[in-house]
Amino acid sequence: MKFLSDKAVDRLRQNASVPDLSGTRYQLLERVARGGMGVVYAALDEMLGRRVALKVLDVPVADGDLARRLNREARVLARLEHPGIVPVHDVGTLSDGRVFYAMKFVEGQRLDKHVEAVTALPDRLRLFLRICDAVAFAHARGVMHRDLKPANVMVGAFGEVLVMDWGLAKILREPSGGGAEEDPEATILHTPEASSNADATEATQITGQGTVLGTPGYMSPEQARGDVAHLDERSDIFSLGALLRFLVTPAGNPKSNLRWRRDKTLDAICAKATASDPANRYASVSALSADVSRYLDGLPVSARKETVLEKAARFYRRYTVAILLIAAYLIVRTLILLFFHR
Amino acid sequence: MAGDQFPATRWSVIDAVKSSDAKEQARALDTLFAAYWKPVYKYVRLRWNRPSEDAQDLTQGFFAEALERELLAKYDPVKSRLRTYLRLCLDSFVMNEEKAARRKKRGGNVTHVGLDFQAAEGELAGATIDAASIPSSDSLEEFFEKEWVRSLFALAVEDLRKFCAERERQRTFRLFEDYDLSGDSEISYEKLASEYAIPVTDVTNALSWARREFRRIALGRLRELCGSDEEFHREARAVFGSDAV
Repeated sequence: MKFLSDKAVDRLRQNASVPDLSGTRYQLLERVARGGMGVVYAALDEMLGRRVALKVLDVPVADGDLARRLNREARVLARLEHPGIVPVHDVGTLSDGRVFYAMKFVEGQRLDKHVEAVTALPDRLRLFLRICDAVAFAHARGVMHRDLKPANVMVGAFGEVLVMDWGLAKILREPSGGGAEEDPEATILHTPEASSNADATEATQITGQGTVLGTPGYMSPEQARGDVAHLDERSDIFSLGALLRFLVTPAGNPKSNLRWRRDKTLDAICAKATASDPANRYASVSALSADVSRYLDGLPVSARKETVLEKAARFYRRYTVAILLIAAYLIVRTLILLFFHR
Repeated sequence: MAGDQFPATRWSVIDAVKSSDAKEQARALDTLFAAYWKPVYKYVRLRWNRPSEDAQDLTQGFFAEALERELLAKYDPVKSRLRTYLRLCLDSFVMNEEKAARRKKRGGNVTHVGLDFQAAEGELAGATIDAASIPSSDSLEEFFEKEWVRSLFALAVEDLRKFCAERERQRTFRLFEDYDLSGDSEISYEKLASEYAIPVTDVTNALSWARREFRRIALGRLRELCGSDEEFHREARAVFGSDAV
């Protein structure tokens, strides 16, 4: 048996990993990232002359559970036509047996990287509202994401916000009233580092009702328990609450030079969204985003009852200019009165 | 259809050793020994700093013990990877070396694979591991994994050579050998095309075919060496995960 040098092993590893795109309309350009199930490559769609992203499964198991999950992810994406959800163009099997799908190539940054440069709180909250729009749309189509986290949101070069990686999505109901699609049985628990680092992808399996999928810190308690049968939209609301907390908590973003302090109202919104009991969370993503919008507009939110003092402070913040003008007018008027009565 | 090009998944060695079919059991053990004996031998030499003769005895003794104590049947893929489990069993075996040596004598009829310890010793001479980091469990795990991947790939290359010979594609294998196995950074498709007096596109096609088959064979062997689909997927990512275009 021939001895393989380290160089030969590395070359074999590298060459055998590259997907064989012969017989497809795509030409491989570069490796972009590693996802939960496979690797994402940039490729050129030679027929349309455009750049696309190819998500290619690691192993050639055309009829295996992973292949079913990748195909399922493509089908889920195909039914979610929304500006905030990455569109899928094509799905198939490569000549080396690996299942793939082609999607829009998003040029931009992951949310966790992008927000390092976003130091104004309102800008971060507006980003959050756009994520909510996409998730609310998916919920309206009977799909829950189940792995919402900063690493799964891309912000494009023109500010477009796209929710990615629907590999763990659960179909709650068919739009036409058909039965829900079978849920993946296995649950794979990713560490945040594993999700964000292409090389650190070791997954920890936990047992429960089924195989559990999600990311600690962003996964709802019921999802972490593997209570797959009882998961609903409120599990995504928990993840959105955790994502909102990531966006608004200065302490959670040591690299950023944030210009605001912790805010009780935002904390209350996060707390309501991430309540342990799903019944205590927002009933829908729209209700959550409505609260965030109201906060942005300086209006009271449903998550927190204000004291009189806080109400006054909010009133002052909302009408600062008018209040200052009136105050200035009153002061001048008083001074004039005092001057003439001297 | 592309999916048809892949043979049906062979039994995992873990399932096979639990089988009542003696032939299947023997085949599984051979598969396991073929993939692991070199990493085990080299690991014993480095980790336990044993002279070559001792390491040879311990390697054979370890597999005898694995069979005698039905270590594979006790393996639980949910708890760890097979190779991590085997490495830990090996550590424990070496620590109880004297007892193990006695068992080795009783289990001398175990190994069916010809163990070329001289070749392994030669390979070890060229092994690159920082001696200062030997006590670190991470570096030992890394070393064991590296040797295991080398062993898996070497077996897959050998299978590919036979596969090419059966299909009269010896030239394809030679091209694969020259380009992918030589480690020569100067080699190019053009150079090979000129050497073999064939068009560059033939070199491209041949290498593409050979790599696809190599990957298929390596994954087939890997599947046999994993206890579950989940472990297989994790190992496939570990083996082919550091890809770059």
